[in-house]
Amino acid sequence: MSLPAIKISGIHKHFGALHALRGIDLTIEQGEFFALLGPNGAGKSTLINILAGLISPSAGNISVMGFDVQSQYQQARQLLGVVPQELVFDPFFNVREMLRFQAGYFGRGRENDVWVDEILEGLGLTDKANTNMRKLSGGMKRRALIAQALAHKPPVVVLDEPTAGVDVELRQMLWEFIKKLNREGHTIILTTHYLEEAEALCNRVAMMKQGKVVALDSTANLLNKFSGKHLRLTLGSVVLPSSVEQLVRHVENGIYTFALDDMAQIEFVLSALRTADIKVLDMQLNEADLEDVFLSLVGNAQNGVRSVS
Amino acid sequence: MINPVNPNSTSMLPAGLRGPWTLLKKELLRFWRVAFQTVAAPVITALLYLLIFSHVLESHVQVYDGVPYTAFLIPGLIMMSVLQNAFANSSSSLIQSKVMGNIVFILLTPLTHVQFFLAFLIASIIRGLVVGFCIYLVAMWFVDLSVANFWWIAAFALLGSALLGTFGIIAGIWADRFDQMAAFQNFIIMPLTFLSGVFYSIHSLPPFWQKVSLLNPFFYMIDGFRYGFFGKGDVSPMFSLIVVGGAFLVLALITLKMLKSGYKLRS
Repeated sequence: MSLPAIKISGIHKHFGALHALRGIDLTIEQGEFFALLGPNGAGKSTLINILAGLISPSAGNISVMGFDVQSQYQQARQLLGVVPQELVFDPFFNVREMLRFQAGYFGRGRENDVWVDEILEGLGLTDKANTNMRKLSGGMKRRALIAQALAHKPPVVVLDEPTAGVDVELRQMLWEFIKKLNREGHTIILTTHYLEEAEALCNRVAMMKQGKVVALDSTANLLNKFSGKHLRLTLGSVVLPSSVEQLVRHVENGIYTFALDDMAQIEFVLSALRTADIKVLDMQLNEADLEDVFLSLVGNAQNGVRSVS
Repeated sequence: MINPVNPNSTSMLPAGLRGPWTLLKKELLRFWRVAFQTVAAPVITALLYLLIFSHVLESHVQVYDGVPYTAFLIPGLIMMSVLQNAFANSSSSLIQSKVMGNIVFILLTPLTHVQFFLAFLIASIIRGLVVGFCIYLVAMWFVDLSVANFWWIAAFALLGSALLGTFGIIAGIWADRFDQMAAFQNFIIMPLTFLSGVFYSIHSLPPFWQKVSLLNPFFYMIDGFRYGFFGKGDVSPMFSLIVVGGAFLVLALITLKMLKSGYKLRS
């Protein structure tokens, strides 16, 4: 059996008094498309920065395809491509130069140019290859950042919020490209706030909250475990009876979303509203999605947090 | 399975050297792309010093017997520019990379702390020497400068630029903002350079200030470098070489320790 792409064992991280990571254990197999979800401050980026060698853990260890990221960092980093969250660039060079430099740091020479051209084409950067980084638009800079992480053809690719602030068209294009990488054998690990994308793309999901993994399973299993219905009622500005208030998952502009375990609860909610003399202006019934799972595990327990995007 | 490491390379360099060589190449290109600012500007500044000071003092001051003041001044100006530019190269590159965040592109690579150090160090030395050589070429129009011992010149130029390049790495790692770097430059580098005997011999100073000058490591770099041109100096060139070499070794060890621990670069 092949080595896991990433093995995280007992990782703790303290920043002064803050216990940012509280014993993370996680194994990601080669070829997986894995999502790391969690609200801001859950510890996702800290975990990724430890994996990338930018932060040292207070305890525990992480290995990339069997190589420890601290004691065998040279081998581990050869196998890893990390797309940072911040839109950073070097203003002195053009896109192709940056990709050649990045590949060169990993010991790759001109023989790597074919792969660089492939990345440029896949990310729609071919006609910008000789453009200085500072002259690129925000979306183009984001693509160049992804290209840089891939320049040395790493088998394990980590994308930290790669589509933050990216328009819908570019997001779709990036996902198609990353899906293609995954089909070609790259292990993909991503953190994202776009839960529908994690649901559509990833085979497995870990959800983090306050420095801990609170759920770890295949996307399908998580959805099954938390299967249920969502009843969306347009009620306007009302005071709900206390008997149904606990079922409310989300409120926005007078639209109340109730999380129901079974169909029988629909009648219970409607009856309670009738008794309270609240008029239903519109009604919708939906299946639960990954956002509901996320809110059940993370949102509800976080004083008042009910929405993530 | 994707082959992660070392495909059939066409590079002439051994695999272990390609990473640091790439970083060195990037650092050299970085200053060469803005050569007007990084090479031409310091040459012009040094020439202005030369024109003004030689015009004012040429007929009034003779530091060494038989050596005109303009000739005395040129090696000091060359060395001053070598030192300042070696410092500026590593310090400005690091502070810019840190402030802009693109230092992460280097931190994510398998480069070791020694390779990181050597790439920044050699780039600084090269910029210092390029600026110094350009000033030398231009200064030749003004005065016929003899060379008493080329090897002293080479040794002090190399060690001096290495010392200041290393100091620049320390400053670049330590500073978090551009104003902190400016303070480093204005309150440490500039006073030490100007008070190092570029424009005068320390024998012309009162005894107290002579002793103070001997505590300034920049004095030994300037004096030793000048010895290579005239065969004369305020102190023995060998003693100067030991001081400068010792200072470089101490700073290099501090820098390597900072880089290995990830001080202000990795948390």
